[in-house]
Amino acid sequence: MNKPSITVFAALITLAFLGVTGSSHAQAAALSTEKQDPNRFNRLLPPKDKRTPPVAEDGIHDPKGAGVKVLQEPREAFGVLIKGKGGNYVDWVKSLDKKKIKPLYDLDDPELVPMTVDMNIVREVKGTMPDVVFPHEQHTQWLECANCHPAIFIPQKGANPMSMVDIMLGNKCGVCHGTVAFPVTECRRCHSKAKPMKARQKVSAKSTRK
Amino acid sequence: MYKSALIGLLSMLAAMVLPQAAHAEYGDVVMNNYSDAAGMRPVVFPHWYHRIRFRCKVCHADLGFKFKAGGNKITMAKIIDGQFCGACHNGEISWSVENCGMCHSGISGTPTHIDGSTVQRLVAPTYKKLGN
Repeated sequence: MNKPSITVFAALITLAFLGVTGSSHAQAAALSTEKQDPNRFNRLLPPKDKRTPPVAEDGIHDPKGAGVKVLQEPREAFGVLIKGKGGNYVDWVKSLDKKKIKPLYDLDDPELVPMTVDMNIVREVKGTMPDVVFPHEQHTQWLECANCHPAIFIPQKGANPMSMVDIMLGNKCGVCHGTVAFPVTECRRCHSKAKPMKARQKVSAKSTRK
Repeated sequence: MYKSALIGLLSMLAAMVLPQAAHAEYGDVVMNNYSDAAGMRPVVFPHWYHRIRFRCKVCHADLGFKFKAGGNKITMAKIIDGQFCGACHNGEISWSVENCGMCHSGISGTPTHIDGSTVQRLVAPTYKKLGN
């Protein structure tokens, strides 16, 4: 195995473990609820009611500070939004589409609507994962061109080599995905275009040849 | 080759062993460039609250916030001058700077980072939260 593939492998294993280890909440829950059925489902997953903790108990806000008394509880705000997987457990794109949120696009002109670009970029990926479809449409709802081009992505086909490791380290897509936009554990939201059967057979034949 | 495998293994162990403490909301940014030294609580910026009200472009293009926790070197002087947070937190669009504790609400000693981010959780868990 060459060097990059080992790094990719280790990182993916780690990602898998992340799902298993979850948070100390999970461990605490496991300890404090000994009376529960030992063979219940999702023993180590943080319970759903612990996902969006109150501000005072979230581990970064000082419960003794003045802020916690007045800051909004995220659970209150998220109640009216469309639920999603991972991250905030809110589907921000759908919440915007369905007008559950109406975020301003410009401070000076509240009426200004974003100029969206309807252009999908398909990135063919190595291995058997489905190809990546990047929708400009949803991204230009939130951002303007200069946010990504040319600093993060050179606007030219083939000019932006990247890997999942790159993304997990916070580069390329990882500048937002894994910090504020849906996290990399939501594989299929990007890897969404199934490869043609022939291409898949070719890849799997290649990987079993050794 | 072995070095990279070792790094991978270590980060895997770290992800498993280090307590992944109570999660603040995904995308919450702790900013502690100067707060600790100035005897203030670090700032907690809730992305979720702001993205309900503004698109990313408003802050990250028009106001010039870089996509980097702690990378903007924000000071109170700049905010009072109307830069960065001060573009809105001026008593006009939103509450103004005299409400210190609304932003400076973090646990003292918490380093600058994005809570719940992949880098924080998986690649380099830089610190262990208090009380967990």
